[in-house]
Amino acid sequence: MANKSPQIPNIAELMDKIKSGKIFSEIAKEITESQLWTSSFRHGYADTPRNRVLQIASNVWLHLHPVKMHRHALRIKFTWCMGGITFLLFLSTVVTGVILMFYYRPVGEYAYYDMKYLQYDVPFGMLMRNMHRWAAHAMVITVWLHMFRVFLTGSYKPPRELNWVIGVFLVTFTLLLSFTGYLLPWDQLAMWAVTVGTNMARATPFLGNEGPFAEFVGVTPRYDARALLIGGSLVGPPALLRFYVLHCIFIPLIAGALMIVHFWRIRKDGGISGPL
Amino acid sequence: MAEAASPKKKIEEVPEKLHVWPYLVRLEFLCALVVIIALAVWSIVIDAPLEEAANPTKTPNPSKAPWYFLGLQDILVYFDPWFAGVVAPVLIIVGLMLIPYLDVNPKGNGYYTYHERKVAIWVYCFGFLVLWIALIIMGVFLRGPGWNLFMPWQYWDPHKVVALVNVDLPYAFGFRDYTWSAIFGGGVLLAYFGIGTGAYFFMERKALKSVGFLRMFLKIQLALIMIGIVIKIVLRIGFNIKYIMVTPWISV
Ligand code: HEM
Repeated sequence: MANKSPQIPNIAELMDKIKSGKIFSEIAKEITESQLWTSSFRHGYADTPRNRVLQIASNVWLHLHPVKMHRHALRIKFTWCMGGITFLLFLSTVVTGVILMFYYRPVGEYAYYDMKYLQYDVPFGMLMRNMHRWAAHAMVITVWLHMFRVFLTGSYKPPRELNWVIGVFLVTFTLLLSFTGYLLPWDQLAMWAVTVGTNMARATPFLGNEGPFAEFVGVTPRYDARALLIGGSLVGPPALLRFYVLHCIFIPLIAGALMIVHFWRIRKDGGISGPL
Repeated sequence: MAEAASPKKKIEEVPEKLHVWPYLVRLEFLCALVVIIALAVWSIVIDAPLEEAANPTKTPNPSKAPWYFLGLQDILVYFDPWFAGVVAPVLIIVGLMLIPYLDVNPKGNGYYTYHERKVAIWVYCFGFLVLWIALIIMGVFLRGPGWNLFMPWQYWDPHKVVALVNVDLPYAFGFRDYTWSAIFGGGVLLAYFGIGTGAYFFMERKALKSVGFLRMFLKIQLALIMIGIVIKIVLRIGFNIKYIMVTPWISV
Protein backbone atom coordinates (compact mmCIF):
# COMPACT_ATOMS: atom_id res chain seq x y z
CA MET A 1 0.00 0.00 0.00
CA ALA A 2 2.74 2.39 0.91
CA ASN A 3 4.39 1.86 -2.46
CA LYS A 4 1.40 2.96 -4.46
CA SER A 5 1.91 6.20 -6.30
CA PRO A 6 -0.55 8.88 -5.25
CA GLN A 7 -3.71 8.81 -7.29
CA ILE A 8 -5.97 11.59 -8.35
CA PRO A 9 -9.12 10.83 -6.35
CA ASN A 10 -12.07 9.82 -8.42
CA ILE A 11 -14.96 12.01 -7.26
CA ALA A 12 -17.67 9.49 -8.00
CA GLU A 13 -15.77 6.77 -6.21
CA LEU A 14 -15.16 9.04 -3.24
CA MET A 15 -18.83 9.99 -2.97
CA ASP A 16 -19.66 6.33 -3.07
CA LYS A 17 -17.29 5.61 -0.22
CA ILE A 18 -18.72 8.43 1.87
CA LYS A 19 -22.30 7.39 1.20
CA SER A 20 -21.72 3.76 2.04
CA GLY A 21 -19.74 4.71 5.14
CA LYS A 22 -16.80 2.70 3.88
CA ILE A 23 -14.59 5.72 4.20
CA PHE A 24 -14.66 5.45 7.99
CA SER A 25 -13.39 1.91 8.09
CA GLU A 26 -10.70 2.81 5.59
CA ILE A 27 -9.53 5.77 7.65
CA ALA A 28 -9.67 3.65 10.81
CA LYS A 29 -7.56 1.02 9.07
CA GLU A 30 -4.97 3.59 7.97
CA ILE A 31 -4.67 4.84 11.54
CA THR A 32 -4.63 1.57 13.42
CA GLU A 33 -2.10 0.03 11.07
CA SER A 34 0.29 2.96 11.26
CA GLN A 35 3.57 2.51 13.05
CA LEU A 36 2.70 5.15 15.62
CA TRP A 37 -0.46 3.28 16.61
CA THR A 38 0.90 -0.26 16.59
CA SER A 39 3.87 0.79 18.67
CA SER A 40 1.54 2.30 21.31
CA PHE A 41 -1.21 -0.33 21.43
CA ARG A 42 0.09 -3.87 21.16
CA HIS A 43 -3.22 -5.54 20.45
CA GLY A 44 -6.58 -4.45 19.17
CA TYR A 45 -9.88 -4.19 20.98
CA ALA A 46 -12.14 -7.08 20.07
CA ASP A 47 -15.75 -6.03 20.49
CA THR A 48 -16.88 -9.10 22.40
CA PRO A 49 -19.43 -9.23 25.23
CA ARG A 50 -16.66 -10.17 27.63
CA ASN A 51 -14.61 -7.14 26.69
CA ARG A 52 -17.63 -4.87 26.95
CA VAL A 53 -18.07 -6.00 30.53
CA LEU A 54 -14.37 -5.65 31.31
CA GLN A 55 -14.27 -2.11 29.94
CA ILE A 56 -16.58 -1.10 32.76
CA ALA A 57 -15.60 -3.49 35.51
CA SER A 58 -11.85 -3.03 35.28
CA ASN A 59 -11.79 0.71 34.82
CA VAL A 60 -11.59 2.74 37.99
CA TRP A 61 -13.38 5.72 36.42
CA LEU A 62 -16.19 3.74 34.87
CA HIS A 63 -16.83 1.06 37.43
CA LEU A 64 -19.58 2.91 39.29
CA HIS A 65 -21.67 2.12 36.25
CA PRO A 66 -23.46 -1.19 36.06
CA VAL A 67 -22.15 -3.33 33.19
CA LYS A 68 -25.59 -3.77 31.68
CA MET A 69 -28.62 -1.58 31.71
CA HIS A 70 -32.20 -1.42 30.53
CA ARG A 71 -32.62 -0.12 27.04
CA HIS A 72 -35.23 2.46 28.05
CA ALA A 73 -32.82 4.10 30.51
CA LEU A 74 -30.76 5.35 27.59
CA ARG A 75 -33.59 7.51 26.31
CA ILE A 76 -32.83 11.18 26.73
CA LYS A 77 -36.56 11.77 26.69
CA PHE A 78 -36.75 9.82 29.93
CA THR A 79 -33.87 11.19 32.04
CA TRP A 80 -33.31 14.51 30.23
CA CYS A 81 -29.64 13.66 31.04
CA MET A 82 -30.01 16.09 33.90
CA GLY A 83 -28.36 14.06 36.65
CA GLY A 84 -25.31 13.43 34.50
CA ILE A 85 -25.10 17.06 33.41
CA THR A 86 -25.31 18.17 37.04
CA PHE A 87 -22.39 15.91 37.88
CA LEU A 88 -20.39 17.14 34.90
CA LEU A 89 -20.97 20.75 35.92
CA PHE A 90 -19.87 19.88 39.44
CA LEU A 91 -16.65 18.42 38.05
CA SER A 92 -16.11 21.56 35.95
CA THR A 93 -16.40 23.74 39.04
CA VAL A 94 -13.92 21.51 40.85
CA VAL A 95 -11.33 21.84 38.09
CA THR A 96 -11.77 25.57 37.50
CA GLY A 97 -12.13 26.18 41.24
CA VAL A 98 -8.77 24.61 42.01
CA ILE A 99 -7.17 26.87 39.40
CA LEU A 100 -8.82 29.92 40.96
CA MET A 101 -7.54 28.88 44.38
CA PHE A 102 -3.94 29.35 43.16
CA TYR A 103 -4.58 33.08 42.82
CA TYR A 104 -7.14 33.87 45.47
CA ARG A 105 -6.57 34.71 49.12
CA PRO A 106 -9.62 34.77 51.44
CA VAL A 107 -8.42 37.82 53.36
CA GLY A 108 -10.32 41.07 53.63
CA GLU A 109 -7.45 43.18 52.27
CA TYR A 110 -6.61 40.93 49.34
CA ALA A 111 -9.68 39.07 48.16
CA TYR A 112 -11.13 41.75 45.92
CA TYR A 113 -7.79 42.71 44.41
CA ASP A 114 -7.00 39.07 43.75
CA MET A 115 -10.20 38.96 41.73
CA LYS A 116 -9.05 41.97 39.72
CA TYR A 117 -5.66 40.39 39.25
CA LEU A 118 -7.29 37.17 38.10
CA GLN A 119 -9.42 39.03 35.61
CA TYR A 120 -6.84 41.34 34.11
CA ASP A 121 -3.41 39.77 34.57
CA VAL A 122 -3.66 36.02 34.95
CA PRO A 123 -3.61 34.24 31.57
CA PHE A 124 -7.08 32.80 31.03
CA GLY A 125 -8.00 34.01 34.52
CA MET A 126 -11.19 35.65 33.36
CA LEU A 127 -12.18 32.54 31.43
CA MET A 128 -11.59 30.32 34.47
CA ARG A 129 -13.63 32.63 36.64
CA ASN A 130 -16.45 32.79 34.10
CA MET A 131 -16.53 29.04 33.66
CA HIS A 132 -16.56 28.51 37.40
CA ARG A 133 -19.38 30.93 38.00
CA TRP A 134 -21.56 29.94 35.07
CA ALA A 135 -21.11 26.24 35.73
CA ALA A 136 -22.16 26.83 39.33
CA HIS A 137 -25.27 28.73 38.32
CA ALA A 138 -26.11 26.19 35.64
CA MET A 139 -25.70 23.42 38.18
CA VAL A 140 -28.37 24.96 40.38
CA ILE A 141 -30.77 24.96 37.44
CA THR A 142 -29.93 21.45 36.24
CA VAL A 143 -30.26 19.96 39.70
CA TRP A 144 -33.74 21.45 40.01
CA LEU A 145 -34.65 20.06 36.60
CA HIS A 146 -33.22 16.67 37.56
CA MET A 147 -35.34 16.64 40.68
CA PHE A 148 -38.39 17.69 38.66
CA ARG A 149 -37.91 14.83 36.23
CA VAL A 150 -37.35 12.32 39.05
CA PHE A 151 -40.62 13.49 40.55
CA LEU A 152 -42.52 13.36 37.27
CA THR A 153 -41.41 9.80 36.58
CA GLY A 154 -42.23 8.79 40.15
CA SER A 155 -38.71 7.46 40.50
CA TYR A 156 -38.64 8.17 44.24
CA LYS A 157 -41.10 5.35 44.85
CA PRO A 158 -39.89 2.07 46.36
CA PRO A 159 -37.16 0.89 46.20
CA ARG A 160 -35.59 4.31 45.56
CA GLU A 161 -36.87 6.26 48.59
CA LEU A 162 -33.46 6.65 50.17
CA ASN A 163 -31.85 7.86 46.98
CA TRP A 164 -34.45 10.61 46.82
CA VAL A 165 -33.56 11.60 50.39
CA ILE A 166 -29.87 11.66 49.47
CA GLY A 167 -30.91 13.78 46.50
CA VAL A 168 -32.61 16.34 48.74
CA PHE A 169 -29.37 16.60 50.71
CA LEU A 170 -27.55 17.08 47.40
CA VAL A 171 -29.82 19.88 46.22
CA THR A 172 -29.39 21.58 49.61
CA PHE A 173 -25.62 21.28 49.42
CA THR A 174 -25.64 22.52 45.83
CA LEU A 175 -27.40 25.69 46.97
CA LEU A 176 -25.08 26.08 49.94
CA LEU A 177 -22.03 25.62 47.71
CA SER A 178 -23.28 28.32 45.43
CA PHE A 179 -24.20 30.60 48.31
CA THR A 180 -20.86 30.31 50.11
CA GLY A 181 -19.06 30.94 46.81
CA TYR A 182 -21.15 34.03 46.24
CA LEU A 183 -19.30 35.89 49.00
CA LEU A 184 -15.78 35.19 47.80
CA PRO A 185 -15.40 37.95 45.13
CA TRP A 186 -15.75 40.32 48.09
CA ASP A 187 -17.52 42.99 46.04
CA GLN A 188 -20.73 44.84 46.80
CA LEU A 189 -22.89 42.20 45.14
CA ALA A 190 -21.26 39.49 47.25
CA MET A 191 -21.28 41.27 50.58
CA TRP A 192 -24.88 42.41 50.46
CA ALA A 193 -26.37 39.27 49.01
CA VAL A 194 -24.73 37.31 51.80
CA THR A 195 -25.79 39.90 54.35
CA VAL A 196 -29.41 39.53 53.25
CA GLY A 197 -29.09 35.74 53.29
CA THR A 198 -27.36 35.37 56.63
CA ASN A 199 -29.60 37.97 58.28
CA MET A 200 -32.21 35.26 58.25
CA ALA A 201 -30.22 33.27 60.79
CA ARG A 202 -30.82 36.15 63.18
CA ALA A 203 -34.49 35.19 63.21
CA THR A 204 -33.96 31.52 64.07
CA PRO A 205 -36.43 30.63 66.81
CA PHE A 206 -34.61 30.32 70.17
CA LEU A 207 -31.12 30.64 68.64
CA GLY A 208 -31.18 33.95 66.77
CA ASN A 209 -31.07 37.22 68.68
CA GLU A 210 -34.13 38.57 66.89
CA GLY A 211 -35.95 35.28 66.63
CA PRO A 212 -39.04 34.28 68.56
CA PHE A 213 -38.37 33.13 72.14
CA ALA A 214 -34.77 34.39 72.02
CA GLU A 215 -35.31 36.21 75.31
CA PHE A 216 -35.72 32.87 77.06
CA VAL A 217 -32.35 31.66 75.77
CA GLY A 218 -30.39 34.86 76.20
CA VAL A 219 -28.59 35.00 72.86
CA THR A 220 -27.02 38.31 71.82
CA PRO A 221 -26.10 39.76 68.41
CA ARG A 222 -22.51 38.73 69.08
CA TYR A 223 -23.44 35.28 70.29
CA ASP A 224 -26.20 33.59 68.31
CA ALA A 225 -26.82 31.37 65.30
CA ARG A 226 -25.85 34.09 62.86
CA ALA A 227 -22.63 34.94 64.68
CA LEU A 228 -21.68 31.28 64.55
CA LEU A 229 -22.21 31.28 60.79
CA ILE A 230 -20.28 34.46 59.95
CA GLY A 231 -17.91 34.71 62.88
CA GLY A 232 -19.11 38.10 64.09
CA SER A 233 -22.10 40.38 64.08
CA LEU A 234 -21.69 41.57 60.49
CA VAL A 235 -20.36 40.15 57.26
CA GLY A 236 -16.64 40.94 57.56
CA PRO A 237 -13.27 39.23 57.08
CA PRO A 238 -14.06 36.37 59.50
CA ALA A 239 -17.17 35.58 57.42
CA LEU A 240 -15.02 35.58 54.29
CA LEU A 241 -12.63 33.03 55.79
CA ARG A 242 -15.46 30.84 57.09
CA PHE A 243 -17.26 30.83 53.76
CA TYR A 244 -14.01 30.10 51.96
CA VAL A 245 -13.31 27.03 54.06
CA LEU A 246 -16.89 25.84 53.77
CA HIS A 247 -16.91 26.51 50.03
CA CYS A 248 -13.58 24.95 49.11
CA ILE A 249 -13.28 22.09 51.56
CA PHE A 250 -16.19 21.17 53.75
CA ILE A 251 -19.20 21.26 51.42
CA PRO A 252 -17.49 19.88 48.28
CA LEU A 253 -16.17 16.91 50.25
CA ILE A 254 -19.57 16.10 51.69
CA ALA A 255 -21.40 16.71 48.42
CA GLY A 256 -18.83 14.63 46.52
CA ALA A 257 -19.17 11.75 48.96
CA LEU A 258 -22.96 11.93 48.75
CA MET A 259 -22.79 11.89 44.96
CA ILE A 260 -20.80 8.66 45.04
CA VAL A 261 -23.38 7.14 47.36
CA HIS A 262 -26.12 8.46 45.07
CA PHE A 263 -24.62 6.73 42.03
CA TRP A 264 -23.97 3.54 43.95
CA ARG A 265 -27.55 3.47 45.13
CA ILE A 266 -28.87 3.90 41.58
CA ARG A 267 -27.09 0.68 40.71
CA LYS A 268 -28.09 -1.16 43.86
CA ASP A 269 -31.72 -0.08 43.49
CA GLY A 270 -31.86 -1.86 40.16
CA GLY A 271 -30.66 0.85 37.80
CA ILE A 272 -32.68 3.73 36.44
CA SER A 273 -36.36 3.27 37.18
CA GLY A 274 -38.65 2.12 34.43
CA PRO A 275 -42.04 0.59 33.80
CA LEU A 276 -42.01 -2.99 35.03
CA MET B 1 -46.33 5.80 22.47
CA ALA B 2 -44.98 4.38 19.26
CA GLU B 3 -43.20 1.53 20.99
CA ALA B 4 -46.30 0.36 22.73
CA ALA B 5 -48.29 0.42 19.52
CA SER B 6 -45.80 -1.44 17.31
CA PRO B 7 -45.84 -5.24 17.50
CA LYS B 8 -43.49 -7.24 19.67
CA LYS B 9 -41.15 -7.96 16.81
CA LYS B 10 -39.04 -4.87 17.47
CA ILE B 11 -38.44 -5.70 21.10
CA GLU B 12 -37.26 -9.17 20.24
CA GLU B 13 -34.74 -7.83 17.77
CA VAL B 14 -33.00 -5.58 20.27
CA PRO B 15 -32.33 -7.21 23.63
CA GLU B 16 -33.97 -5.57 26.65
CA LYS B 17 -30.63 -5.21 28.43
CA LEU B 18 -27.72 -3.48 26.75
CA HIS B 19 -24.06 -3.18 27.58
CA VAL B 20 -23.17 0.07 29.23
CA TRP B 21 -20.01 0.04 27.17
CA PRO B 22 -20.43 1.28 24.48
CA TYR B 23 -24.08 2.37 24.54
CA LEU B 24 -24.21 4.51 27.67
CA VAL B 25 -20.59 5.59 27.80
CA ARG B 26 -20.69 7.00 24.28
CA LEU B 27 -23.90 8.88 25.09
CA GLU B 28 -22.31 10.34 28.21
CA PHE B 29 -19.27 11.31 26.19
CA LEU B 30 -21.31 13.12 23.55
CA CYS B 31 -23.42 14.82 26.17
CA ALA B 32 -20.31 15.95 28.05
CA LEU B 33 -18.81 17.30 24.85
CA VAL B 34 -21.91 19.38 24.09
CA VAL B 35 -22.16 20.73 27.65
CA ILE B 36 -18.48 21.63 27.90
CA ILE B 37 -18.53 23.39 24.54
CA ALA B 38 -21.66 25.30 25.51
CA LEU B 39 -20.11 26.28 28.84
CA ALA B 40 -16.89 27.41 27.20
CA VAL B 41 -18.70 29.52 24.60
CA TRP B 42 -20.95 31.04 27.22
CA SER B 43 -17.91 31.87 29.37
CA ILE B 44 -16.05 33.44 26.49
CA VAL B 45 -19.02 35.59 25.52
CA ILE B 46 -20.37 36.69 28.91
CA ASP B 47 -18.23 37.85 31.81
CA ALA B 48 -19.08 37.10 35.43
CA PRO B 49 -20.08 40.26 37.27
CA LEU B 50 -17.64 42.05 39.57
CA GLU B 51 -18.91 45.23 41.19
CA GLU B 52 -16.97 47.72 43.27
CA ALA B 53 -15.17 46.49 46.37
CA ALA B 54 -17.30 45.44 49.33
CA ASN B 55 -18.24 48.39 51.49
CA PRO B 56 -20.09 47.76 54.73
CA THR B 57 -21.15 51.41 54.97
CA LYS B 58 -22.88 51.51 51.59
CA THR B 59 -26.06 49.45 51.50
CA PRO B 60 -27.42 49.04 47.98
CA ASN B 61 -31.16 49.44 47.47
CA PRO B 62 -32.55 46.93 46.77
CA SER B 63 -30.27 44.40 48.48
CA LYS B 64 -31.05 41.05 46.98
CA ALA B 65 -30.02 37.56 48.04
CA PRO B 66 -28.59 35.31 45.29
CA TRP B 67 -31.27 34.70 42.68
CA TYR B 68 -32.02 31.12 43.75
CA PHE B 69 -33.15 32.37 47.17
CA LEU B 70 -35.33 35.19 45.90
CA GLY B 71 -38.48 33.10 46.25
CA LEU B 72 -37.82 32.93 49.97
CA GLN B 73 -36.89 36.59 50.11
CA ASP B 74 -40.19 37.42 48.48
CA ILE B 75 -42.10 35.43 51.09
CA LEU B 76 -40.54 37.88 53.59
CA VAL B 77 -43.09 40.43 52.42
CA TYR B 78 -45.84 38.27 53.81
CA PHE B 79 -44.17 36.55 56.74
CA ASP B 80 -41.72 37.39 59.50
CA PRO B 81 -38.11 36.31 58.98
CA TRP B 82 -38.35 33.44 61.45
CA PHE B 83 -40.83 31.81 59.12
CA ALA B 84 -39.70 32.93 55.64
CA GLY B 85 -35.99 32.61 56.37
CA VAL B 86 -35.74 29.69 58.75
CA VAL B 87 -38.86 27.61 59.24
CA ALA B 88 -40.02 27.67 55.61
CA PRO B 89 -36.69 26.40 54.18
CA VAL B 90 -36.53 23.69 56.83
CA LEU B 91 -40.10 22.67 56.04
CA ILE B 92 -39.30 22.58 52.33
CA ILE B 93 -36.29 20.34 52.87
CA VAL B 94 -38.03 18.04 55.34
CA GLY B 95 -41.20 17.99 53.27
CA LEU B 96 -39.27 17.01 50.16
CA MET B 97 -37.49 14.24 52.03
CA LEU B 98 -40.82 12.91 53.26
CA ILE B 99 -42.33 12.66 49.78
CA PRO B 100 -41.36 9.00 49.16
CA TYR B 101 -42.75 8.02 52.54
CA LEU B 102 -46.02 9.93 52.25
CA ASP B 103 -46.89 9.09 48.66
CA VAL B 104 -48.08 5.50 48.84
CA ASN B 105 -49.62 5.41 45.37
CA PRO B 106 -47.81 2.46 43.76
CA LYS B 107 -48.66 3.61 40.26
CA GLY B 108 -46.50 5.83 38.11
CA ASN B 109 -43.18 4.37 39.26
CA GLY B 110 -40.63 4.80 36.49
CA TYR B 111 -42.66 6.33 33.68
CA TYR B 112 -44.40 9.56 32.83
CA THR B 113 -48.07 9.59 33.67
CA TYR B 114 -50.46 12.30 34.62
CA HIS B 115 -53.66 10.29 34.94
CA GLU B 116 -52.42 7.86 37.54
CA ARG B 117 -51.20 10.53 39.98
CA LYS B 118 -52.98 13.78 39.26
CA VAL B 119 -52.89 15.21 42.79
CA ALA B 120 -49.19 14.51 43.34
CA ILE B 121 -48.25 16.17 40.06
CA TRP B 122 -50.45 19.17 40.68
CA VAL B 123 -49.05 19.73 44.15
CA TYR B 124 -45.42 19.43 43.03
CA CYS B 125 -45.89 21.60 39.96
CA PHE B 126 -47.66 24.25 42.00
CA GLY B 127 -44.97 24.27 44.67
CA PHE B 128 -42.07 24.20 42.23
CA LEU B 129 -43.28 26.24 39.28
CA VAL B 130 -45.42 28.82 41.09
CA LEU B 131 -44.19 29.18 44.66
CA TRP B 132 -40.53 28.67 43.80
CA ILE B 133 -39.79 29.56 40.15
CA ALA B 134 -42.41 32.25 39.57
CA LEU B 135 -41.46 34.03 42.79
CA ILE B 136 -37.79 33.90 41.77
CA ILE B 137 -38.58 35.45 38.39
CA MET B 138 -40.60 38.12 40.12
CA GLY B 139 -37.83 38.70 42.64
CA VAL B 140 -35.16 39.07 39.97
CA PHE B 141 -37.02 41.26 37.51
CA LEU B 142 -39.87 43.03 39.26
CA ARG B 143 -38.61 43.86 42.74
CA GLY B 144 -36.93 47.25 42.88
CA PRO B 145 -35.83 49.70 45.59
CA GLY B 146 -37.54 49.15 48.92
CA TRP B 147 -38.53 45.73 47.58
CA ASN B 148 -41.44 47.47 45.85
CA LEU B 149 -43.03 45.95 42.81
CA PHE B 150 -42.08 47.59 39.50
CA MET B 151 -43.30 46.58 36.08
CA PRO B 152 -40.51 46.06 33.52
CA TRP B 153 -41.30 49.39 31.80
CA GLN B 154 -41.39 51.37 35.04
CA TYR B 155 -38.48 53.42 36.38
CA TRP B 156 -36.98 52.03 39.60
CA ASP B 157 -37.80 55.06 41.72
CA PRO B 158 -35.96 54.81 45.05
CA HIS B 159 -38.34 57.37 46.55
CA LYS B 160 -41.53 55.54 45.63
CA VAL B 161 -43.90 55.86 48.54
CA VAL B 162 -46.24 53.03 49.30
CA ALA B 163 -48.84 53.76 51.94
CA LEU B 164 -48.70 51.33 54.87
CA VAL B 165 -52.33 50.51 55.29
CA ASN B 166 -51.98 46.96 56.55
CA VAL B 167 -53.91 45.91 59.60
CA ASP B 168 -53.93 42.70 61.58
CA LEU B 169 -56.78 40.29 61.15
CA PRO B 170 -58.07 40.59 64.74
CA TYR B 171 -58.06 44.39 64.35
CA ALA B 172 -60.09 44.12 61.15
CA PHE B 173 -62.62 42.09 63.11
CA GLY B 174 -62.90 44.79 65.74
CA PHE B 175 -60.61 43.41 68.45
CA ARG B 176 -58.68 46.20 70.16
CA ASP B 177 -57.50 44.40 73.28
CA TYR B 178 -54.12 42.61 73.00
CA THR B 179 -55.11 39.51 74.88
CA TRP B 180 -58.37 39.04 73.04
CA SER B 181 -56.67 39.71 69.70
CA ALA B 182 -54.10 37.03 70.44
CA ILE B 183 -56.79 34.57 71.47
CA PHE B 184 -58.85 35.36 68.37
CA GLY B 185 -55.82 35.03 66.06
CA GLY B 186 -54.71 31.80 67.68
CA GLY B 187 -58.25 30.52 67.39
CA VAL B 188 -58.35 31.28 63.67
CA LEU B 189 -55.09 29.38 63.13
CA LEU B 190 -56.20 26.45 65.25
CA ALA B 191 -59.52 26.34 63.45
CA TYR B 192 -57.79 26.41 60.06
CA PHE B 193 -55.54 23.48 60.87
CA GLY B 194 -58.16 21.65 62.90
CA ILE B 195 -60.97 21.90 60.38
CA GLY B 196 -58.61 21.23 57.49
CA THR B 197 -57.25 18.10 59.14
CA GLY B 198 -60.70 16.94 60.21
CA ALA B 199 -62.22 17.47 56.79
CA TYR B 200 -59.37 15.59 55.12
CA PHE B 201 -59.63 12.65 57.48
CA PHE B 202 -63.39 12.55 56.95
CA MET B 203 -63.09 12.63 53.18
CA GLU B 204 -60.34 10.02 53.11
CA ARG B 205 -61.69 7.87 55.94
CA LYS B 206 -61.71 4.77 53.75
CA ALA B 207 -57.98 5.17 53.06
CA LEU B 208 -57.08 5.49 56.74
CA LYS B 209 -56.52 1.75 57.20
CA SER B 210 -54.25 1.32 54.21
CA VAL B 211 -52.39 4.64 54.35
CA GLY B 212 -52.00 4.95 58.09
CA PHE B 213 -52.73 7.75 60.53
CA LEU B 214 -49.28 9.34 60.76
CA ARG B 215 -48.85 9.50 56.99
CA MET B 216 -52.22 11.12 56.46
CA PHE B 217 -51.66 13.53 59.32
CA LEU B 218 -48.26 14.72 58.07
CA LYS B 219 -49.52 14.93 54.51
CA ILE B 220 -52.41 17.22 55.38
CA GLN B 221 -50.29 19.41 57.70
CA LEU B 222 -47.75 20.04 54.93
CA ALA B 223 -50.56 20.68 52.46
CA LEU B 224 -52.29 23.07 54.85
CA ILE B 225 -49.06 25.01 55.41
CA MET B 226 -48.53 25.32 51.66
CA ILE B 227 -52.12 26.44 51.09
CA GLY B 228 -51.81 28.71 54.13
CA ILE B 229 -48.88 30.55 52.52
CA VAL B 230 -51.02 31.18 49.46
CA ILE B 231 -53.95 32.32 51.61
CA LYS B 232 -51.73 34.74 53.48
CA ILE B 233 -50.40 36.19 50.21
CA VAL B 234 -53.97 36.66 48.96
CA LEU B 235 -55.07 38.22 52.25
CA ARG B 236 -52.20 40.68 52.11
CA ILE B 237 -52.57 41.69 48.50
CA GLY B 238 -56.36 41.64 48.43
CA PHE B 239 -57.29 42.79 51.93
CA ASN B 240 -54.16 44.44 53.42
CA ILE B 241 -54.03 41.97 56.28
CA LYS B 242 -50.64 41.92 58.02
CA TYR B 243 -50.83 39.24 60.71
CA ILE B 244 -53.39 36.58 61.48
CA MET B 245 -52.22 36.14 65.04
CA VAL B 246 -50.20 38.63 67.08
CA THR B 247 -48.49 37.77 70.34
CA PRO B 248 -45.53 39.44 72.05
CA TRP B 249 -43.32 36.48 71.16
CA ILE B 250 -44.37 35.31 67.77
CA SER B 251 -46.66 36.62 65.06
CA VAL B 252 -48.02 34.83 62.05
C1 HEM C 1 -25.58 17.14 42.88
C2 HEM C 1 -26.72 16.71 42.59
C3 HEM C 1 -27.10 15.43 41.86
C4 HEM C 1 -26.39 14.66 40.99
C5 HEM C 1 -24.96 14.88 40.48
C6 HEM C 1 -27.25 13.57 40.59
C7 HEM C 1 -26.92 12.61 39.67
C8 HEM C 1 -27.77 11.62 39.23
C9 HEM C 1 -27.57 10.79 38.07
C10 HEM C 1 -26.36 10.87 37.14
C11 HEM C 1 -28.64 9.97 37.96
C12 HEM C 1 -28.86 8.96 36.84
C13 HEM C 1 -30.13 9.26 36.07
C14 HEM C 1 -30.29 10.64 35.54
O1 HEM C 1 -29.30 11.24 35.06
O2 HEM C 1 -31.40 11.16 35.63
C15 HEM C 1 -29.50 10.23 39.08
C16 HEM C 1 -30.67 9.55 39.36
C17 HEM C 1 -31.49 9.83 40.45
N1 HEM C 1 -31.44 10.96 41.22
FE1 HEM C 1 -29.94 12.29 41.23
N2 HEM C 1 -28.44 13.69 41.24
C18 HEM C 1 -28.39 14.81 42.02
C19 HEM C 1 -29.40 15.30 42.81
C20 HEM C 1 -30.60 14.67 43.02
C21 HEM C 1 -31.74 15.22 43.69
C22 HEM C 1 -31.81 16.66 44.20
C23 HEM C 1 -32.70 14.25 43.74
C24 HEM C 1 -34.06 14.31 44.36
C25 HEM C 1 -34.40 14.95 45.38
C26 HEM C 1 -32.16 13.08 43.12
C27 HEM C 1 -32.80 11.86 43.03
C28 HEM C 1 -32.46 10.89 42.14
C29 HEM C 1 -33.16 9.63 42.00
C30 HEM C 1 -34.35 9.15 42.84
C31 HEM C 1 -32.55 8.97 40.94
C32 HEM C 1 -32.95 7.62 40.34
C33 HEM C 1 -33.78 7.97 39.15
C34 HEM C 1 -34.34 6.79 38.45
O3 HEM C 1 -34.10 5.66 38.88
O4 HEM C 1 -35.07 7.03 37.46
N3 HEM C 1 -30.89 13.36 42.67
N4 HEM C 1 -28.95 11.25 39.83
